[in-house]
Amino acid sequence: MEGLDRILKEHAFFAAFSPEHIQLLAGCARNHRFTAGQYLFREGDPADEFFLIRQGKVALEIVAPGKEPIVFETLTDGEVAGASWLVAPYRWMFDARATTLTRAIGLDAKCLRGKCDTDHNLGYEMMKSVLSILVKRLDHTRLQIIDVYGRG
Amino acid sequence: MGEADLSLAPLSDPFVPELYRTVRVTRELRDTVTLELAPLSGKRPAFEPGQFNMLYAFGVGESAISISGDPAEEGTFVHTVRNVGAVSKALSALEAGAAAGLRGPFGTSWPVEGAEGSDVVIVAGGLGLAPLRPAIYHILANRDRYGRVSILYGCRNPGDILYRHELEQWRQRLDVDLTVTVDHADASWHGNAGVVPSLIKRTAFDPHDTVAMVCGPEIMMRYSMNALRGAGVSEKRIYLSMERNMKCAIGLCGHCQFGPEFVCKDGPVVPYSKVARIFALREI
Ligand SMILES: Cc1cc2nc3c(=O)[nH]c(=O)nc-3n(C[C@H](O)[C@H](O)[C@H](O)COP(=O)(O)OP(=O)(O)OC[C@H]3O[C@@H](n4cnc5c(N)ncnc54)[C@H](O)[C@@H]3O)c2cc1C
Ligand code: FES
Repeated sequence: MEGLDRILKEHAFFAAFSPEHIQLLAGCARNHRFTAGQYLFREGDPADEFFLIRQGKVALEIVAPGKEPIVFETLTDGEVAGASWLVAPYRWMFDARATTLTRAIGLDAKCLRGKCDTDHNLGYEMMKSVLSILVKRLDHTRLQIIDVYGRG
Repeated sequence: MGEADLSLAPLSDPFVPELYRTVRVTRELRDTVTLELAPLSGKRPAFEPGQFNMLYAFGVGESAISISGDPAEEGTFVHTVRNVGAVSKALSALEAGAAAGLRGPFGTSWPVEGAEGSDVVIVAGGLGLAPLRPAIYHILANRDRYGRVSILYGCRNPGDILYRHELEQWRQRLDVDLTVTVDHADASWHGNAGVVPSLIKRTAFDPHDTVAMVCGPEIMMRYSMNALRGAGVSEKRIYLSMERNMKCAIGLCGHCQFGPEFVCKDGPVVPYSKVARIFALREI
């Protein structure tokens, strides 16, 4: 447990979390190692784990039937994959594929939600951190949708 | 391309284009070419990175086009043109040997000297890499005068990467941190996907001693400036290149007005602090 504590504390996502909260969260955490090409999760799968990337590169992809997948975002060290674990119906809305060897921490979503429900201070910290990432992603998605590089 | 006899015009008249000959045309992308233009007589004027020329397609009209070549090289002007309308279409159609008119160079330049001793972050989107390329050439040729140098380039998809070969060469250097990102790609793309402002937080620089140079579509510049400010870079040290339609290019007609500034003479390169207040307004 001691090791996971330290790894969580070093991850950018938890920079503002108190040592007590980190210790609580470490109880839900486990280490993962994905080789290039391996999926962290796929669209439609239950979102039962929250992934924090420690090292490596993960492509987020959407697949339309009969078409090649479209990569819309690449995540790297210090970033986190998705928020579907936080809101019902807890299912992933896209694929996440490691494109290089990737080391990540997975936080069990049920365990995490349970801790947030019990300790609302922790829940609030978690919501603030996830929300700030979601707002940034939304901004970036807007930029992609409006196709800024298209003709003026 | 019609023959225009402009040779009798006085050389000093800033409204009259000089005659140039197209010496090389390189197709960069589906809708974008790079032209190399040599003066029919005399020497090519010196220029600063970030400046532009007014290129005249005979019988069609004139457009402001940034200089995209190496300021240390003599002989020709290099311009990268994207075909978006009548003038740029005619310019894009120039073939080797064809004549074009040229007035310039005009405008302000990237602070390549002011940035000496500091970290440099170059943020380019789409065709915005063209006006920044002379600054990149200069900085790389004088690499020891700068701190960390980062080049962040974003475009729509892998097929739209401008100057791809050069980007690959720059990336091989150990003294430059270069990242290319695309808005979207297919799974065969092993590079980064996502918008260019998202790269700023992944980039190592000292926010208190960094000069940033940003060029691209206006919305992309706004987001990039926000990300740079968010990282702690002062508005005075973030430079951008403004694009406004131009006519005279010498501060007379008011066509290029941006708030109190005339882009043709007070710009195109300006510190963000100078335009921050009016940058977000819509109809300027
Ligand atoms: C300082 C400066 C530097 C520039 N550098 C370059 C360059 O290096 N390469 C290049 O290809 N272009 C550059 N431009 C833009 C170029 O001047 C215009 O694309 C060109 O004048 C359009 O003329 P047109 O007759 O081809 O198209 P138009 O028929 O006038 O316009 C066609 C379409 O392009 C849009 N458009 C026109 N002007 C601009 C503009 N300035 N910015 C964005 N959209 C525009 C119009 O809204 C319209 O939708 C620069 C502009 C400025 C002010
Ligand atoms: S183009 Fe005439 S004032 Fe700028």
